[in-house]
Amino acid sequence: MGINFRKETFRDDFTFRNSPEHIRRFPFPFHEDAYMYAVNIEPHVPGPKGSVLEHGIDVDEHYVSEMHDRALVLAEDPLRCQSLPHMTLAGWDLLELLMTSKAESYPEHFTLNRDGDKWHWINRPLGIDDRFTFGDVSTLPYGPMEYITRQSQGDFCILDQRDGNLWMDAGIVTTQADWSLDFDIGMNFFEWHAPVPLAHEKGIFTRALKFLTNIQQGAPARRLNWTMTINPRLDTSPENYHKWGTDRATVTPENVGQKVHLRVELQSFWRLPRSNALVFPIRCYLIKMDELVTSPKWARRFHRVLRDLPTELADYKGLSRYRPTVLEWLSQYDDGAATSPGFGPD
Amino acid sequence: MSAGTSKIDVTVTDIVPVNELVKRFHFRRTDGAILPTFSGGAHVVVEMRDDDRTRLNPYSLMSSPLDTTDYTISVRRDDVGRGGSLFMHNRVKPGQRMVISNPVNLFSLDLRARKHLMIAGGIGITPFMAQTSQLAGEGGNFELHYTCRSEALGTYADVLQARYGRRIHLYHDDRDEKLPLEKLLSSQPLGTHLYICGPAGMIDWVRRTASEAGWPSETVHYEHFAAPQPGKPFDVTLAVSGKQIRVGEQQSLLEAIEAAGVDPPYLCRGGVCGQCETNVVSYDGKFLHNDHWLSEEEHRSGCKIMPCVSRFEGKSLVLER
Repeated sequence: MGINFRKETFRDDFTFRNSPEHIRRFPFPFHEDAYMYAVNIEPHVPGPKGSVLEHGIDVDEHYVSEMHDRALVLAEDPLRCQSLPHMTLAGWDLLELLMTSKAESYPEHFTLNRDGDKWHWINRPLGIDDRFTFGDVSTLPYGPMEYITRQSQGDFCILDQRDGNLWMDAGIVTTQADWSLDFDIGMNFFEWHAPVPLAHEKGIFTRALKFLTNIQQGAPARRLNWTMTINPRLDTSPENYHKWGTDRATVTPENVGQKVHLRVELQSFWRLPRSNALVFPIRCYLIKMDELVTSPKWARRFHRVLRDLPTELADYKGLSRYRPTVLEWLSQYDDGAATSPGFGPD
Repeated sequence: MSAGTSKIDVTVTDIVPVNELVKRFHFRRTDGAILPTFSGGAHVVVEMRDDDRTRLNPYSLMSSPLDTTDYTISVRRDDVGRGGSLFMHNRVKPGQRMVISNPVNLFSLDLRARKHLMIAGGIGITPFMAQTSQLAGEGGNFELHYTCRSEALGTYADVLQARYGRRIHLYHDDRDEKLPLEKLLSSQPLGTHLYICGPAGMIDWVRRTASEAGWPSETVHYEHFAAPQPGKPFDVTLAVSGKQIRVGEQQSLLEAIEAAGVDPPYLCRGGVCGQCETNVVSYDGKFLHNDHWLSEEEHRSGCKIMPCVSRFEGKSLVLER
């Protein structure tokens, strides 16, 4: 049985919502009733059937609409997709990874036929049927990274590895939590993480870099990150801050359930074979407060996490302004009962 | 879990004597599928089951990254080494099944380079076989300077000259031909990156000369797998696992730890990647550090050791393993 792709929007009238099955598979990021940074990286091995971790690259009911939203962002601002000249080979690596993964995980929606370097790619949900020569940029309508990431949910950063560091030298970024590829392009790991509070002092980035530079072929890794977003807007970019920044002032006790979203990023890390670069897919999942509280455990736990979050983190994540209103609303779902360990909704 | 140890079952499909010291081994996947794509400069760790002991030796992949129906490595026989090369030369036969790691690249090309200048000594030619294939396929700009003892021992010199003609420069010790290093390094276009693979003395010489000629360190890349050296046996206490082990004359400390059933992470097994770095709890004696990972200060501190290549002489050594 294939995926039932929803037709919905992430701007203007904001018709995005999750089906009941997708609420259950939401990657809730808190395994306990508190949150602090940690190097919470684990091997990216397949997870339970039906979960967002079942396949290495997840495709869900929002796929077609998310790809439409990406096309709108790119049409307005082509600099959301950039690749420095030495990164084309890594782009082909990424194209291979995403096509083989999708075709294997979702054969009813995607098909890849390879005859040497003559490739035939069929993407049924988006109505794409293309033949091209692997390695020959002139046979695709875009560069290899842009071509395949216009057909893949989530942002993608391709990090060149050299001099014991990682360099943000290519990427496509249209569903981001307030950071800019155009600003970060060419920066190294410490430079692009410079604005993050508290974590530098804990030595987290030094340890994380050591781990990431040692990621090997065939052994990808993953972690979860989170923030909150007002309205189900994928493109919360600095470039468009004037369009969404003021949304934060519109939260009222009456509209928390529909307007306020927990935003979770499933970040994974893969060694690319030809270029020896790392690709870093950042997949964004949104859930409305009304949807979240259908799980009593998640409602209790998120109330406690948000209540006890250090001020620096609340400021960095941009949620200080509406935190009291959301806390007040969530408190009606927190009776003080104990929560079970682990991420699941019970 | 040891990083980089996801394994591949392979079958030896061919063994080709290249000259009196070097044999080439061809591997295919036992299940018939194609092998993982890799990048020029990558190595695999080959598991050698030698009666009661297991050796894990890294070898550069020298086949073209553009064709992964098989992997090839070349092994130079070392009659006074710890026996890994002798095992490969004498015990491995066509048709034999072996286990290798996924490819790992610690000697990657810098794809920003306008030109790749490669300097090889002896069997250090092997990673350049793969890198030149990769670059030639992309129309890349490279030049290779290769020193060897004699024409007969110039492993693959003929193959490289046939493929790339004047981009290959050979220097034979027995004809007293010298690599004009200073001239070479002072006459390169801006944006050139330098790659060195060969004996330790050669790597040091080229790095020093490049540094004196003003080459930025970011443009100088080298691969130096220090093979573990044999030495006097010594005893070690593993504090975390509560084990007493003896490191044999022909065994590395890492191998002895593994033989005791403890599984530290590793990638290169040659003292460069840093994965197996181990804390010293206490010691009474002298460290024989052979790695290129720890700083001189760390070597002097007596707090850390790289068990893949380094040894110990003295009364007692307790490690955090």
